[in-house]
Amino acid sequence: MLELQKVSLEIQGDIDFEILKKINLKFYEKKIYVVTGPNGGGKSSLAKTIMGVYRPTSGQILLDGLDITSMNISERARMGIGYAFQSPPRFKGIKVKELLNMAASHNPEKVNICDLLYDVGLCSQDYLNRDVDTSLSGGEMKRIEIATVLARNLKIAVFDEPEAGIDLWSFQKLAETFRNIHMKYDTTIILISHQERIMELADEIIIMSNGMVSAQSERDIILAGIMNNDACACSAKCAKGVGHNAECVG
Amino acid sequence: MLNALDKLMLEKVADLHEIPQGAFNIRKNGAGVQRNTTANIDIVTKTDKSGIDVIIKPYTKGESVHIPVIVTEENINDVVYNTFEVGEYSDVLIVAGCGIHNSGHHKSQHDGIHTFFVRKGAKLKYVEKHYGQGDGKGQRVLNPKTIIEVEEGAVVDLELIQIKGIDQTKRDTEIRLMDNAKLVVTERLLTYKNQEAESNIIVELLGVDSSAQIISRSVAQDDSKQVFYFDLIGRNKGRGHIQCDAIIMHNAQVLSTPRISAHHSEAQLVHEAAIGRIESEQLIKLMSLGFTEQEAEDTILSGFLK
Repeated sequence: MLELQKVSLEIQGDIDFEILKKINLKFYEKKIYVVTGPNGGGKSSLAKTIMGVYRPTSGQILLDGLDITSMNISERARMGIGYAFQSPPRFKGIKVKELLNMAASHNPEKVNICDLLYDVGLCSQDYLNRDVDTSLSGGEMKRIEIATVLARNLKIAVFDEPEAGIDLWSFQKLAETFRNIHMKYDTTIILISHQERIMELADEIIIMSNGMVSAQSERDIILAGIMNNDACACSAKCAKGVGHNAECVG
Repeated sequence: MLNALDKLMLEKVADLHEIPQGAFNIRKNGAGVQRNTTANIDIVTKTDKSGIDVIIKPYTKGESVHIPVIVTEENINDVVYNTFEVGEYSDVLIVAGCGIHNSGHHKSQHDGIHTFFVRKGAKLKYVEKHYGQGDGKGQRVLNPKTIIEVEEGAVVDLELIQIKGIDQTKRDTEIRLMDNAKLVVTERLLTYKNQEAESNIIVELLGVDSSAQIISRSVAQDDSKQVFYFDLIGRNKGRGHIQCDAIIMHNAQVLSTPRISAHHSEAQLVHEAAIGRIESEQLIKLMSLGFTEQEAEDTILSGFLK
């Protein structure tokens, strides 16, 4: 179980900006959560704070009761936390099979990396020996990124916009893959997404906006609310709703 | 006779675990110590200066020549001139390599001047590896000069590798390409401590449809210094691409000048150069897989220099 207690994240710059504001969240074993909400709401920052990329300015993060707030990324990874980046980094001189073997190296269960590629909709013959560099498209990089998280035996798996760049045909396969992790392991899956079909996988949906949790409930309740409401969840003032002839100011 | 140190050096410099198959010439501490020739490849000691002539008959296919140089004593100053005649339509591998083991106080230096004539339609892969070791204060210095004439339709693949070990190196490479000649140069360099390395690569595209690709990757650590100068000169219809990437760390310095000079309207030349620290996203990604920062860094650097 992963618990965030009053987690705040402030970025210091010319203006100090609070990206996360006293977040309280509990993520239980074997459940799928989808975190959604308007762009800039703090979803990716939340994910990175869970992974340890960002250190919270205040508050605590507990994994199965253990305070992991001051642990670094490597330590949290070894404790069973994994994160699939929204924009995965490329490397020079590292092949797909090497990266997947690295990801699987701490997994006590033997991992078949060809199966992993199949689960993300890639043919192992075509991809194992490719370099994880600029020669791969965004969608290919995204799938390999997801595969590196699937390679691990995790307590908490966070996927940041996993659907971005995935074509329609592979989407079904991806949804099936998430459902399979859910059935096979006790992993808590946290998906950051804007996609209705990803949200259908969720046990609970969390809406984040403006650095705060604005709603959290079972999937059906939230989905009904989103579908019936055509107002956006963003709280910033804007000119939305102004008529067609309004002056475009920029 | 080769002793244990000699064998270790040969392994480091030329991946040789035993006496190589095919033609070879082993030079140790300024003198040739062992040689073998084959029906198609002859090796002849020069009479006017230090060095050898390697003569590969036309149409020789699938053979290799190993010409490692090892220096295992201090105070050696060895200059050699080697000339390679790669016959028409042959397809060969030449492995040169120089290893210096210096446990003394005095500098040991080897300067190899290699001139290649790659004849019409021939294919040459040339691998040159530099290695240094020894806990003495004596410097380990290597200054290779490589001059290659690539004739019509010939293909040359050059691999130049130096990872640590060598305190000072000034490497000069000059290549001239004729009609339909093709060149790929891959350079891998890592300097650390107070080492200094200078590499100058000048490639002239003289022939129609000649092409050249230069990929240089280096890592500069500690207080080391690297200076690169590349000049891709297009004198005819042809294509050339230089890509130099360097990872700079600690207090090191890297100066890179990739120059492209077009003297013909159909010369197409591209250069890309980038110097920077290791990308933090790469480190974060590998750390998120459970590796420590040091392990992540080592993995990124070894992949980069592969």
